[in-house]
Amino acid sequence: MLGYIAKRILATIPVMIIVAVFVFLMLRLAPGDPAAVIAGDYATAEDVERIREQLGLNEPIPVQLLQWIGQLAQGDLGQSIFSKKPVLELIGQRIEPTLLLALTTIVFSVLVAVPLGTIAAWRAGSLIDRGVMLFSVGGFSVPVFVLGYILIYVLAMQLKIMPVQGYKSPFTDGIGLFFYHITLPTLTLSVIFIALIARMTRASVIEVLEEDYIRTARAKGQSEFKILLRHALRNAAVPVVTVIGIGIALLIGGVVVTESVYNIPGLGRLVLDAVLARDYPIIQGLILFFSFIYIMINLLIDLSYTLFDPRIRY
Amino acid sequence: MAATRPAPSDPAALSADSVLSERKQLSTWQLLLRNRSVLWGSLLLLIMVVIAAIGPLFTVGPSEQNVISRLKPPSAEWWFGTDYLGRDLFARVIHGARISLVVGLAVAVVATAIGLLTGLIAGYVRTLDAVVMRVMDGLMAIPAILLAIAMISISGATLSTVIIAITIPEVPRVVRLVRSVVLTVREEPYVEAAIAAGTRLPLILYRHILPNTIAPLIVQATYICGAAMLTESILGFLGAGIPPEIPSWGNIMAEGRTYFQLTPWIIFYPGIALALTVLAVNIVGDGLRDTLDPRIARKLRT
Amino acid sequence: MKGWKRPGLLAAAAMVASLASLSPTTASAEKVLRVIPHADLKVLDPIWTTAYISRNHAYLIYDTLFAMDENFEPQPQMVDTWEASDDGLEWTFTLRDGLKFHDGAPVTSEDVIASLKRWGAKDGMGQQLMAAMDEMVAVDDKTFQFKLNVPFGLVLESIGKISSNVPFIMPARIAATSPDEQIEEQIGSGPFKFEPDQWVPGSTVVYTKNQDSVPRDEPPSAAAGGKVAKVDKVIWTYFPDQTTAMNALMAGEIDYFEQPSTDLMPILSTAPGVVTEINDPIGNIGFARFNHLLPPFDDVAVRRAALMAMKQDDYMAGAIGDPQFWKTCYSVYPCGTPFASEAGADLIKTGSVEAAAEALKATSYDGTPVVIMQPTDVPVLSAFSLITAEKLRNAGFKVELQAMDWSTLVSRRAKREPVSEGGWNLFHTWWIGADVVDPLANAFSGNPEKGWFGWASDEELEKLRSDFALATSPEDKKAIAEKVQEQLWGIAASGELGQFFVPVAYRDNVKGLIKSPVQFFWNLSVE
Repeated sequence: MLGYIAKRILATIPVMIIVAVFVFLMLRLAPGDPAAVIAGDYATAEDVERIREQLGLNEPIPVQLLQWIGQLAQGDLGQSIFSKKPVLELIGQRIEPTLLLALTTIVFSVLVAVPLGTIAAWRAGSLIDRGVMLFSVGGFSVPVFVLGYILIYVLAMQLKIMPVQGYKSPFTDGIGLFFYHITLPTLTLSVIFIALIARMTRASVIEVLEEDYIRTARAKGQSEFKILLRHALRNAAVPVVTVIGIGIALLIGGVVVTESVYNIPGLGRLVLDAVLARDYPIIQGLILFFSFIYIMINLLIDLSYTLFDPRIRY
Repeated sequence: MAATRPAPSDPAALSADSVLSERKQLSTWQLLLRNRSVLWGSLLLLIMVVIAAIGPLFTVGPSEQNVISRLKPPSAEWWFGTDYLGRDLFARVIHGARISLVVGLAVAVVATAIGLLTGLIAGYVRTLDAVVMRVMDGLMAIPAILLAIAMISISGATLSTVIIAITIPEVPRVVRLVRSVVLTVREEPYVEAAIAAGTRLPLILYRHILPNTIAPLIVQATYICGAAMLTESILGFLGAGIPPEIPSWGNIMAEGRTYFQLTPWIIFYPGIALALTVLAVNIVGDGLRDTLDPRIARKLRT
Repeated sequence: MKGWKRPGLLAAAAMVASLASLSPTTASAEKVLRVIPHADLKVLDPIWTTAYISRNHAYLIYDTLFAMDENFEPQPQMVDTWEASDDGLEWTFTLRDGLKFHDGAPVTSEDVIASLKRWGAKDGMGQQLMAAMDEMVAVDDKTFQFKLNVPFGLVLESIGKISSNVPFIMPARIAATSPDEQIEEQIGSGPFKFEPDQWVPGSTVVYTKNQDSVPRDEPPSAAAGGKVAKVDKVIWTYFPDQTTAMNALMAGEIDYFEQPSTDLMPILSTAPGVVTEINDPIGNIGFARFNHLLPPFDDVAVRRAALMAMKQDDYMAGAIGDPQFWKTCYSVYPCGTPFASEAGADLIKTGSVEAAAEALKATSYDGTPVVIMQPTDVPVLSAFSLITAEKLRNAGFKVELQAMDWSTLVSRRAKREPVSEGGWNLFHTWWIGADVVDPLANAFSGNPEKGWFGWASDEELEKLRSDFALATSPEDKKAIAEKVQEQLWGIAASGELGQFFVPVAYRDNVKGLIKSPVQFFWNLSVE
């Protein structure tokens, strides 16, 4: 088991290197130029050139790549070209809202989607099932930002029961304010996730309910509730957890949009602003960071299968 | 049908069963059409395609500006109202259908084609497998939206760069799917027999492996198509979409979002059009999956 | 509540408010002004960059020697008394008493000279001043002298410059930083202090009241007059989404919204508890900039034909909307400023696609496509681009609109190469009015080597501009300014798209807004 874990962790290294090189090359082949952005509207071509020189952007690309990889090896993601703050510090400043938003979204989505999917599977073909399926298809069909605007318009502007925007930290502003502010973004982001998980739960539970041991349990007169909970759900857990892992990438994309709509000072907006300003170190650092998170979560999920499915052994 | 099945999360599950005989295939199509939601979905989709194909012939130019009548509400003259440059929103939404459908279709076709080729190679040529799959893992680990935004900001926004930027993050999923099918199928006795008999590789791929990947690929392609249209609109929202000169649903909404509370129709009409189209595509996708995947199909039949 | 407030009333209100704050009964609760700035503060050094957001940030924490008042006259700010010798070659200044930096050190002549040197190396006007300067001398801690080699007509105008780059006074040790590198410490003598630990780039900037600041006694007038901090804290929160920003203001989650899009004004102006007004009386000037190096716009006749199509009303109505926020202006200097005139403006008043088409036929235009760079992340400029494209097409040009983001545009516009190698033919921008009030503005350069992007080339223009710098009488200046304008329209250096005003919106409990082209945060109180 330990050997397996070590092997899996080692296997992530080449993937990270591929991501790093890919992102670096993509950015350096870009026509945009941070020096021109920094220099401002009055700057002459000479000003821009001077700033390029000073930022080291005139070095040959392979040299820049090697310098960057060298930095990375020492755990240094570099510093923002604009604010001069270390990228790691910027990530540190912004990670809390993003992390907590992702967390509330996943928890809320699972709490809603798993029961929905299970009931839909249990009564497959019924009206409830169709309702759930329609919702889950619909959830995939509406752009996140449109959903966000509609929620703000109805709940915050018309009914005035929710704040329009912003983020409050549970650590410094209190847990009540935190939930008050995170509810709308969570709802917005959850819709697509609920759709995804409910579908997967439904499909897996339908699959399991066909199995012989369920028939046996039914024949033995066990209650439907017990059957669903003890057998069906437990065995359907693996695909459901897998889909959550895959969904992380989707979630990160959604976070970028949701943070813009609700003005949450998180990582998504950090990277978006950085792309528009060509703040290379931040873009590189963050994409690498997101990839790292994605890889780690999927690694953890793979490893957690043993927990859910005793049949899987390494 | 075989009694033992791979785990449900394994996309290959589909393929093992989709080696269908002629007679079964017929019943599959019948089944597909009997599924009422699929019927509705296909009908909706067909209407959208027809609108996209011939609609633009009957509207005014989508870029015709008339700033005097800017931000007008829907009326007999402007069915969907006008935008901030006084352009006719109805004309723009109709023309936008073309662009959005083209994006969806192009991404689905290109992603599937590249994915199929790469997946076949990765699944069959063992020496390349590890390298290709690590690259795919790397691509998958990069959040799709961020990758697309970065690529578009960098290469300049044109219709083709947007299509490419949406396509690339979709490729790894197709590759994985195809590869897993290949790995499953090549263990099958008849394929092993063919290899042992010295059948050439292209022929094996074509004759035995390709047919097994078609069904799951079609399903995958429909989902990609729907997702691509949504991604296009989100890219527009984030300011990294198709050039504003070309009306796409995403663009129209992006340009209208400042005016959301003042002139909600600018977002409303393209939003509805987009949601309905994606819904239709997904419903058809679901129907295809349910029908082509016998495990669920059997459940539906009872 | 919309519209203009009389400055006199404002000043009176300010004085009453400051008297009230002296009374011992005032509550001790911390007063916070929550602001949505017009952009994200990315760079903290106002000399290193010309970005307006960095300039506004600097006005909170730094002070200036002179400052422009609402009549565009330089008034002393940190300077107490000053005099110029009769030949105009020797200027002596004395600083006010009690000026202290945030770190407690007194402001000295040495700090002033170091700060001016750094600014003079970077700023266009500063470079002209430094070119006329033999040396700057510290006579004592509070007295310093300029020794000039020619009588320079704009000494006080330069060191009292209101917009980027502003000659802010920093401690000498910080001002010793090379102008090509960013300063690493933010210490000034201004009304607020910057809180480095609470700065979250891309989101939040926090300023706290500087208890030791010594404001002037005069009422505030644009950048001049007393800079009194009337809140304990100013918090900037950047909103990337205009709709969200508007909603936050309407819900009372924010006190002050610096530059709401004019298209939000119908909602904001009728929202309860929200006041909207135009803060900057001279506004912005929209420009279409030609690339004078490349065909087809290397031909003055083709440029003139294009100018004829650019009807200001269409640009303004399309990109700005509500007519109360824009007007047509056929002067290169913003209408309402001293040098504004309509000298030589007949051509740009044409505003007719038909006339442009007619004029274009008479030129040697051969169908070379016009590459327009369209910055899709700046809505006003994106709209300008779409409008120009439509107009030029209808006038018979072949147009290729290239969508990109602003950061790509600013790097591409520096390219002098042909279109096939990344060059361009046309882009749009705006100048804030205060930056183009006289012929020295970089936008009006006729020097293709050192001038602004687009590289207009005209020796006559350059000669007139240098005449202006040396002219000393107001009449001469006015006359030369008009000639510069005639020359600019004559060579069709740029297209002018109109003058537009950016409103501000704030909660009705915010008082003390100063009318100015630059957003200031002193004198603002939250009641």
